[in-house]
Amino acid sequence: MIPAGWFLALSLLLFVLGIIAFFIKRDLLTQFLSVEVMLNAANLAFLALAQGPAKAEAQVIVFFVMTVAAAEAAVGMAIILLVFRRRRSIQTEDLRTLKG
Amino acid sequence: MNPFWLIPFPPAAGAFFLIVAGRKLTRKAIAWLACLAVAASFALAVVSFVNLAGTAQAGNPLLKTLFTWIKAGDFRADLAFRFDPLSAVMALVVTGVGLLIHIYSTGYMSGDRSYARFFAQLNLFTFAMLILVLADNMVLMFVGWEGVGLCSYLLIGFWFEKPAAAAAGQKAFIVNRIGDAGFLLGILFLVLSVGSVSFGAIDEAVAGGIITPALATLTAVLLFIGAAGKSAQIPLYVWLPDAMEGPTPVSALIHAATMVTAGVYMVARLNALYAASPAASEVVAVVGALTAVFAATMALVQNDIKRVLAYSTISQLGYMFIGCGVGAYAAGVFHLTTHAFFKSLLFLSAGSVMHALSGELDMEKMGGLRKHLPRTYPTFLIGAIAIAGVPFFSGFFSKDAILTSAFAHGHYFVWALGLGGAVLTAFYMFRLIFKTFHGEERLEAEVKRHLHESPGSMTVPLVILAFLAVVAGYVGLPPVVGRQANLFDRFLEPVIKRAAEGGHLGLGTEWALIAASVTAAFLGIAVAYGFFLRNPRIPRRLGEKFPGLYKLLVNKYYVDEICDAAIVNPLVKGSALIYDKFDLAVVDGAVNGSAKAAGFFGRLLGLFQTGLIKDYALAVLFGMAIFLGVLFF
Repeated sequence: MIPAGWFLALSLLLFVLGIIAFFIKRDLLTQFLSVEVMLNAANLAFLALAQGPAKAEAQVIVFFVMTVAAAEAAVGMAIILLVFRRRRSIQTEDLRTLKG
Repeated sequence: MNPFWLIPFPPAAGAFFLIVAGRKLTRKAIAWLACLAVAASFALAVVSFVNLAGTAQAGNPLLKTLFTWIKAGDFRADLAFRFDPLSAVMALVVTGVGLLIHIYSTGYMSGDRSYARFFAQLNLFTFAMLILVLADNMVLMFVGWEGVGLCSYLLIGFWFEKPAAAAAGQKAFIVNRIGDAGFLLGILFLVLSVGSVSFGAIDEAVAGGIITPALATLTAVLLFIGAAGKSAQIPLYVWLPDAMEGPTPVSALIHAATMVTAGVYMVARLNALYAASPAASEVVAVVGALTAVFAATMALVQNDIKRVLAYSTISQLGYMFIGCGVGAYAAGVFHLTTHAFFKSLLFLSAGSVMHALSGELDMEKMGGLRKHLPRTYPTFLIGAIAIAGVPFFSGFFSKDAILTSAFAHGHYFVWALGLGGAVLTAFYMFRLIFKTFHGEERLEAEVKRHLHESPGSMTVPLVILAFLAVVAGYVGLPPVVGRQANLFDRFLEPVIKRAAEGGHLGLGTEWALIAASVTAAFLGIAVAYGFFLRNPRIPRRLGEKFPGLYKLLVNKYYVDEICDAAIVNPLVKGSALIYDKFDLAVVDGAVNGSAKAAGFFGRLLGLFQTGLIKDYALAVLFGMAIFLGVLFF
């Protein structure tokens, strides 16, 4: 049995990688993928903690996150597709219409 | 069952239909609908009157409560109607004269574009006036009071494209507001002291001494301010001459026969309250007497035929208030009734003259019309004779009843003023007759070519009113004929308690007073004859001899100018100043300033909104870091 600490460390690593990817990438699609990575890092953290006392609850939350992530992926991809069709670009620098 | 409470509703229905569907109806249908509505009211009023007069308990008013309208704590106002001899007389006058004027209007207004609007407003007026006279409490009466005020405003400004008419309507409305403020305060004092606004409760409170004399004086004077506004007494009479800008049937119905008498009706209705306050009664009598003479002097030199009649109306209303002020409420209401007949007759006849002369109002451009208007001339003459107080015509009986009462109750000053006013009345009326119908023709050629007698729809009401102007006086014969000869007084007795002391004169004195009145009437007529028929140069020479006085009268004592200078202009200038200094600087400054501040802060916060997703994500990251930091350390 691998101790939960390792899993948590891996989860933290994935999460930080997601954040870094979000900030260094400039196109929406990759940023979107990095958000998915962060979500799954969180999932991994939950599962690691499922070894502890909150066995069932942690696993249920993971299912919720997966469902939400699936829906979010569908909507997010659709939005990105439409943005691309309209603007012929998904570079965030090109999408600054909401500048105050 | 007495159907009295249904009387106001046919004109309401008529007004409603004419407002909703008036544009789709033909002129004939509009005329029929409007006249039938008032005719139905008149029929109901006659039935109710006969019913009331026939029942033995005529002393008890008939009451009908439709529903409770306002209920707040101990205060209650019902939608309730009251039918007693006083409201019966008023309802008959309003519907009867109203019907004749509606019929007359079908002819008079036949060329007007807004035929339906005219009759809708005329019907609405009839409704409001009937509410006023049939209401059983002050609050409902006030509703009618304001309703007739509104209709008066609308109908004075009926030809609103004409700036003078629109201004006259506003003037009437604003001057009446001043009076209504007093009226409303009077009602509030009644609510405070009596706790109820129904006429029965007020009479009981006065009889039971709940209202102290001081309070009675205060309330009665406040209410009289309202009456002075509506009934055009000093100092609030200024709107009535201007109101002549409205169509002539409106002047006849609203500004002669009915609405302007509302103040007299109100004082007569609250006669117990006024009787309880000698001081307030004195105010009423003196204001009435001063108005009677003051307005008559202004009528002496006017050349506008309708303005002469307007000042005459103010003067005659003064007589009615003399009657109420000296305690002869029945005589005041009697004069109200006869005046409704002969003054609406005079106005409608004047309208007929205008109709014949293509709208000419200036007497200087008339003269010799007797031959051309064979049906209008006799009716006009009868009206003039009646108002002048020539014996055996209605005005003689009612005016004499008032003057005799004033004398009998010891108001010799008021009596003398009234008698002087009677001379002036006879003079200016016959000046009008002589200048219009007699003498040389001074018509303009164009007008003369179109000269024609009015159609039957106009002359028939004239004949009926002329008949009434002659015979209406015989219901109120003077005491010299017999102590019980005054049917009118006896009919009103359940509502109006006769004053206990005074009022009984010897037969000799009565005859002497009658002789004085008759002398006054004939003196006025004779002087008018001398001035305008025998020797038409006298008036001009008099005018040249007393230029100051003549100018003063022609300019109506400069009252309008003084009002403008003392009240209107300071208000307008003050408002302009406040607009400039306060509205523009402070109010607008505050509004614009707050908008500017919001804009400034908006632009400041807008700096944070870069439109770049990464910046937002960075903000979230920092936020999260701070949150976690707070949580763990």
